[in-house]
Amino acid sequence: MTPPLLEARNLVKKYPGVAAVTAVDGLSLAVREGICFGLLGPNGAGKTTTIEIMEGILGATSGEVFFRGAPIGRRFKEEAGILFQKTALQDFLTVRQSITMFRGLYSRGLDVDEVIKLCALEKLEKRDTRKLSGGQQQRLLLAIALVNDPTLLFLDEPTTGLDPQARRNFWELVQSIKARKKTIILTTHYMEEAELLCDEIAIMDRGRVIAQGTPRNLLHEHFDEVLLELPRQEFPEGARSLPLKVIDASDRVEITTNDLDGTLRTLMDAHVPLKDLRIRPPNLEDLFLELTGKELRA
Amino acid sequence: MMQRMLSVWHARNLEFVRDRSTLIFTILLPVALIVGMSFVFGGKERPLFKVGVLTQTLDTKAHPFLSERFVDFVALADEADAVRKVSRHSLDLLVDVKQPVRYWVNPSSPKGYIVEKLLLQTDAAAHRQPVSGDAVRYVDWLFPGILGMNLMFSCLFGVGYVVLRYRKNGFLKRLHATPLTAFEFLTAQVFSRLVLTVVVTSILYTGIASLIHFHSAGSMLLLLGLMLLGCLSMIALGLTIAARFSSEELVGGLLNLLTWPMMLLSGVWFSLEGSPQWVQWVAKVFPLTHLLDAARAIMLDGAGIAAISTDLIYLAVTAVAFLAFGAWSFRWRVE
Repeated sequence: MTPPLLEARNLVKKYPGVAAVTAVDGLSLAVREGICFGLLGPNGAGKTTTIEIMEGILGATSGEVFFRGAPIGRRFKEEAGILFQKTALQDFLTVRQSITMFRGLYSRGLDVDEVIKLCALEKLEKRDTRKLSGGQQQRLLLAIALVNDPTLLFLDEPTTGLDPQARRNFWELVQSIKARKKTIILTTHYMEEAELLCDEIAIMDRGRVIAQGTPRNLLHEHFDEVLLELPRQEFPEGARSLPLKVIDASDRVEITTNDLDGTLRTLMDAHVPLKDLRIRPPNLEDLFLELTGKELRA
Repeated sequence: MMQRMLSVWHARNLEFVRDRSTLIFTILLPVALIVGMSFVFGGKERPLFKVGVLTQTLDTKAHPFLSERFVDFVALADEADAVRKVSRHSLDLLVDVKQPVRYWVNPSSPKGYIVEKLLLQTDAAAHRQPVSGDAVRYVDWLFPGILGMNLMFSCLFGVGYVVLRYRKNGFLKRLHATPLTAFEFLTAQVFSRLVLTVVVTSILYTGIASLIHFHSAGSMLLLLGLMLLGCLSMIALGLTIAARFSSEELVGGLLNLLTWPMMLLSGVWFSLEGSPQWVQWVAKVFPLTHLLDAARAIMLDGAGIAAISTDLIYLAVTAVAFLAFGAWSFRWRVE
């Protein structure tokens, strides 16, 4: 059987000190070639630490990372492309000069013009990198991550802080990279992003993987119900005593059920107004909250 | 308004006090400067004349002249070197008190004229050895010192702060994700600053030399080679500081801790001849001292490669040692 492209075995990362922290706690996962793999989890779950160990830039306390079945080494850096959460570039350099500098660090890769075109930077190539907007900056950092024509691309929360247009534009770029059969490892807080881009996801919490699989399979495993959503002000207090699974969610109430007809009948019999009722299948966000809880993380 | 200022003032104080390494250096640096300057500038008033005595160790009882007040007597073992100093006016007079007593004086030196009278009052039979040669103007002597100091600041701060900024803003972390090694990165930084500093110093040399009508007595090629080695050594020294720290204040403090003693003890402004032996030994630790000694030997005395070989070897060895230490202790990211 072909080994996974990238595999982490029993990774542990402890930060010693007065407030000692175990950021990654015996994590194992395998990423197949050619897929987009999503690593999801609440703040402080250990996503960035895990991805940085897998990128080879942070040492693990114990455990190992394998690339094509062999421990990661110098060859891995030639084949990996990385987009960090935050990266500053050299001052006073243009977009093209920055890409050219990084291209010079690899023995093989794409032509600078090709990378510029791939990331739609043609109109910005002469601009000082300090004068780019957030979305343009991320496109440039993606271009830099692609200069070596990587087999494996790490994207660590690539769309955090971008406006909806820039985010959608970035998703299109990632989809075009996926079409080139690249393997992508993506961390994100946006479930919509994971649902759209990822073929497989792992949900992390407290340094461990608590669920892994395709989004469809995970949803199927954890939910055999549908969700009914009603505005909270239209849901009478008396209806809370009905034999239904009712959860309060900010300005609305959510009712989960696997008997849609029966639930609708119960609501109508109780004269609950249904004109703003929404019925939807559970999504990744529901799964995420189901698995990691709704309390705010420190 | 006061409340807002107090809030910011309080937060900044907490930030400063909690950065222990910076706090320690903020206190240590002025103390070290005061102690250092008290050794260099402290003590008795400076004498009026400087007289060389041809001997291994100075014995003031060897001749009545050696008890004269306001004269700084310096023991010198190398006769040829001592005579050269008289010809250059860096010694007012040179005396050999072994019988028959001989002395060397430059007839064109005003101070030599007066100190000769003092000697002849105590020993009218002393045998005169006239020495000729133009005085080295202070500006000629200072010229290599100023260039050397400029070069030192450019090398130490130019590299130190850049690497620190790269580490703090995450650029180094991004480079670490590429096949680039620490040695490759550091070498690129060294050579970038080396070329820049050598070009700037060469322009300064040409410009100032034409202004003060100065002509180097020695080989320009040798001077260029010396400058390259001196730059390498000091850039590498700057890298040892910037290799792992992430605090601007700490790195600034450490760089000041290096540059101030070098500026005072390496002979930028004045010669350390006649200062306590241990001060001269301490000065010999600094690359700038070797750079300036060798530069002055080439520029003022026309020294060849053999005469400055010790300085060249010291600069080369320290460059390699500092670079190796910098690469070994280098950190790509803030820890």
